[in-house]
This record gives sequence, C-alpha cells and structure tokens, in this order.
Amino acid sequence: MSIAQSLLSIVLEEAGRHQVQRVTKVAVKVGAWANVVPSSLTFSFDLIKEGTLAAEAILAIEQMPAQGVCHACGASIDMAQPVFACPECHSKDIELTSGQELYVDHIEAE
Amino acid sequence: MADINVGRNILEANERLAAEHRRRFAQAGVKVLNLISSPGAGKTSLLEQTLSRLAGRLRCAVIEGDIQTDEDARRVAACGVRAVQIETQGACHLDGAMLAQALEPLDLAALDLLIIENVGNLVCPVDFDLGEDLKVAVLSVAEGDDKPSKYPALFREAGVLLVNKIDLLPYVSCDLERIHRTCRALNPKQVAFDVSCKTGEGLPAWVDWLESWVKG
Repeated sequence: MSIAQSLLSIVLEEAGRHQVQRVTKVAVKVGAWANVVPSSLTFSFDLIKEGTLAAEAILAIEQMPAQGVCHACGASIDMAQPVFACPECHSKDIELTSGQELYVDHIEAE
Repeated sequence: MADINVGRNILEANERLAAEHRRRFAQAGVKVLNLISSPGAGKTSLLEQTLSRLAGRLRCAVIEGDIQTDEDARRVAACGVRAVQIETQGACHLDGAMLAQALEPLDLAALDLLIIENVGNLVCPVDFDLGEDLKVAVLSVAEGDDKPSKYPALFREAGVLLVNKIDLLPYVSCDLERIHRTCRALNPKQVAFDVSCKTGEGLPAWVDWLESWVKG
C-alpha cells in the first residue's frame, strides 16, 4: 500500500506539472526481484486513485526479468530463480544487473 | 492525448530521506544498524542481551518499530537504554518519514550506536532504506533452513547474519549448515554468528565483533 501511495503521488505530481485533465494510463516497470506483487499493487492503486485525476487510469505493469552477469567469464545469467554460481564457469563472483527495478516509465493523459 | 515520459523511481521519496538520514548519522559519528527478521525470531531478546553486554562499552539507543504496542520499547528501556517506539498503525515496515519522527528526541552526537528494530517481516523492510550502515538479519532455527533461499533479498543485503535459538537445534529439523551455505552464496562478504539468547552461547563473539565494528 505504501508503494501504491508513492506511485500515486508521483503520477499526480507529473499530471499537475504537465497540466493535464485526466490520466488514462500509468506504465510501471517492476523487476522480478523487487518484492512487489503486480496484482496487489493494482488492487491498492485502484483503491486510492478514486477522486483524483488518475481515477480512470489503467495501471500497466511490465515485469522485468532478473538478469545477472558473471564477473569471471562474462556470461549473462538468467536469475529468475536464485542462482548461487555461474552455470558456465561455476564462479561465485556473480552480480544481479537487472530485476530490482521499480519505477514509473511513462503516463498517458488527456 | 499526451504521453509523458516519467522515469521516476517509485521509492524516490524514501530514498531521498534515507540519503538525508545517512548524512546526519555520518555527521554525528553514530553507527546505525537496521535489525530485520520475521516476527518471533528473537530481535527484542537479542537486543536485551546485546545491550546489557554493551553497557559501559558503547553509548547506545534503540528505535523500536512495531505495528502496535510499546511493549518492546519498555523491554529495551529496562536494560537502561534510551528507546523510542514507532507504532506503524498497520504498516508492515518502517520508512524514512517514520524514522525522521523517531529521531527527533535523540541526541545523535551523544551516541556511538543506534539500533533500529524493524517491524517483524522478511520482505517489505528490505525495500525501504533507512540510511543505516548495516542490515542485520536474524533467523531462528525454528523457522526452517529454507528461509534464506525463499526470502533471498534480505539475506543478500544483510551484512551480518545472526542465527538465533540454537539451543533448540536438538528439537527442530533444521540444517544449520544449509542456512550458512545459502547465505554465503547470496552474500560471500556476510559475517555470521550462531547464537542463543536463552543460554548466551555465541553472544560474546557477536558483541565483541559489534563493538569493534562500531569503533573501527
């Protein structure tokens, strides 16, 4: 719920700054490891958007896959499941490069 | 019809506050811990044990986060340590705005160590940076050895892992080595201690480490 509130305040701030009448769509990117459940975020956002410029806005959540890189051999690694070692060279020197995103990409408004 | 590019982090408000708090802590020369675990892992017992052992060694204060009641703040205050309670009224984690209020009555410059006990939860507290120097994960053996792989975010970000209630090992099916193996894989730099707040086992090593970390 606090993530939905932060999201709504960003949307309303942008809507005010661009002086739009109403927001029709809010596009959000959420990484697979961002600890955010899309359906819960939608549920909370829909509850609190009532009575605001974003009352009719559809929340479009794009889930970003978890990707990592191995610093030893340079392989890129699918990290959808927790990965503890590089599947190519078995090095443990791996790092998550994407999957923790949580941001408002763009909004559509009239 | 307008398409507005935004590109803003949803948690930016919290991250701004975290950066501000981090600056304040550094300026005051106080080290800050963010203590995170599930409910019942023994965070408050650990605080009681840690603070009584640190008496006369470090000047400490505690911020207690709970959904309701000030019971934990009273337990900590009974150890002779200043404790400020945050009742989140439903929120499952602490955020920068709640912390800002709790910091008001504290004289940070008069402290060596501030410990923030987060709301019992293995998920949400990890997303909300409080400006701390170190996250400490507490896991009790009764919760099961699968927790680090099921909740990897906390165990990846925690600089210290405390495995608590090791006095219960004979009674629960928990593979202690599996916990350490998973956590080492998630964060090879993590420092780990096995402790029991009931018997005191392992606590001196943890408290000595903490003291030298604060002074170092």
